[in-house]
This record gives sequence, structure tokens and C-alpha cells, in this order.
Amino acid sequence: MHSFGYRANALLTFSVTILAIMCTMGSLSDNFNNPTPTSEVQVLNINWFQKQPNGNDEVSLTLNVSANLQSMFTWNTKQVFVFLAAEYETPKNNLNQVSLWDGIIPSKEHAKFWIHTTNKYRFTDQGSNLRGKDFNLTLHWHVMPKTGKMFEDKIVMTGYRLPQEYR
Amino acid sequence: MGWIGESVDSIKSLQFRQVLTQVVSLGMIVTSALIIWKGLMCFTGSESPVVVVLSGSMEPGFKRGDILFLHMSKDPIRAGEIVVFNVDGREIPIVHRVIKVHERKDTGEVDVLTKGDNNFGDDRLLYAHGQLWLNRHHIMGRAVGFLPYVGWVTIIMTEKPIIKYILIGALGLLVVTAKD
Repeated sequence: MHSFGYRANALLTFSVTILAIMCTMGSLSDNFNNPTPTSEVQVLNINWFQKQPNGNDEVSLTLNVSANLQSMFTWNTKQVFVFLAAEYETPKNNLNQVSLWDGIIPSKEHAKFWIHTTNKYRFTDQGSNLRGKDFNLTLHWHVMPKTGKMFEDKIVMTGYRLPQEYR
Repeated sequence: MGWIGESVDSIKSLQFRQVLTQVVSLGMIVTSALIIWKGLMCFTGSESPVVVVLSGSMEPGFKRGDILFLHMSKDPIRAGEIVVFNVDGREIPIVHRVIKVHERKDTGEVDVLTKGDNNFGDDRLLYAHGQLWLNRHHIMGRAVGFLPYVGWVTIIMTEKPIIKYILIGALGLLVVTAKD
């Protein structure tokens, strides 16, 4: 009854159970955190704006992104993946999301940042609809936990417009 | 040698009723594992509710050996989500992040472009030849939860099958020789 195997089995089962409970509680504790991030984005320059030979509009922007995401870090946060997407509607598509810049924030100390950058990924439309187009810039973040459930949210910044002419 | 002798004796001393009980309990273990897996499939709506990360293309978020829990709902796919997708002509599904979405107004069909967080460029090189976008039917699910390290068990068992056979053999022997 109380053989070595029996005791080892009981000990292993018990430790795995405790570990699972601790992981679950760690993940659940994230729900008590209400992050209040802030962000501001300026389009400093339209570097160039043209129609590609295949008929799709492409634009290159210089952006100034500043954000404070410190409030979303908890003890269960491994990293925060943050990206800035241009979002707009065209006659053919009811939603276009084009990621312009992204970054990985490894710790709370790096979560208050300021960056001056051109778009990291190509801002290309499906078609030729970008002239004079109003668009939103949305800062999305995905919180990757040490264990458990992943969280995501966003800040939508409105009122950006592309020029009427190619340049 | 005494241990083997005892085992042999215990196998010899088995009675029919006891063997039957052990077969039934073994069957219970196997079927309950199957029930849990199929139940998860129903619950998450994904044909593989749990995947093991096999490459380092999503580091430092997901490392090799981590486990992801998938969910496949009717919700539209949006930029930033981590999706698991199958590319035509590739057997192993890929776990990467969506960076571009174009959703059609009339049909609701989506064009999606993905990229691994740790990769330099987007995934068009991984897609089938000439394929520019992923569509809904390529996507098996989106990652909703994360558990580190546990997937190493399956990675080790796939890469070193001998360990798998030793483990199965030992467990089987244990079940057969267990007194109660």
C-alpha cells in the first residue's frame, strides 16, 4: 500500500495539481488589472505616394509614435506586443487593416516610449483608393502572459488624411 | 533478479476476474482521454484545440516547446491576432501573427497576411508559390491561451521514439502488475 511507487505517484500528482492551481490563479489575477494606456501619433511627412505598376496605391509615411503602456504590466506579463495599424474603408472592402509599425516591449521600464520612424511594413492598398483617403491610426496591443490567457485591446486615433495627389 | 521473479509470480497468480478489471480500467483511461480531446474539439470549434510551438519564429513570445490553446469562432479575423494556418503543400501548420487584413464588403471573404514576430520579413515566402494572401479556409484557429514548456513532452517523444516505447511499456507493465 505505502510502497515507494505509491508515494512517488502521490507526490507527483500533488505537485502537478498545485502547479496547475497556481498557474490558473496567476492568469485569473490579470483580470483585476485595469490598464489605462495613453498614446499619441503624428504623421510628420508623406515621403512619397504613388501608384504601383500593378495598380495598387502605395504610400510611405514618417511617423512619430509616443505611448505609455506601463499600466498593463502585471506579475504575469511576459511581454507586450504593440503595433500601429492604418485602418480605412474602401468601396470594395469594408475593412482594411495595414500594420505600419510594431514592437515588442519586454518590461515595464521600456513601456513608456517615443519613436520616430518610417513605416516598417509597406502601406499598400488593394486597388487605387488612397488619394484623399481619411484613415484611422489604431494602436493595438497584445499582452502575452507568462502563463494563461492572452489579452488585447486598442486605442483608435481618428482624423488622418492622405493627400489628394500622388507625389 | 528478485524483482523480476516477483513480477512473474504476480502475473502467474492473476485470476480471470482481476485481468478483466484491469482491461476495463485501461480502457477507461484511454476512452476518457479520447473524450476529453473530442470534447475540447467541440468546445473550441477547432480541429486541433492544442498545438505545440515547433519553431522559434515567434520568440520571445512563444518558444519551442510551449503550448497554445486555440479557439475557432465565427468572429472575423483581425490584425494582431496570432493564427494557426495551413498552407497548401505543407504538412505542418504554422503559428504566426496577422499584420494585414482586407475584408471584402460583398462576400465577407478576407485576405490576410501574416508574419512571425521574430522573422525579418512577412510570410509570402512560406506560402504556396504565387500565393499573396491567406483566406479563411487556410486558418485553423487563433491562439487564446498559453502554457510554457509542457509541449517538450511531445517534441521529445516525436524526435526520440524509443523513449515513447519505453514509457508505454513501463506504464503497461505497471497496469498489468498492479495489485489494486
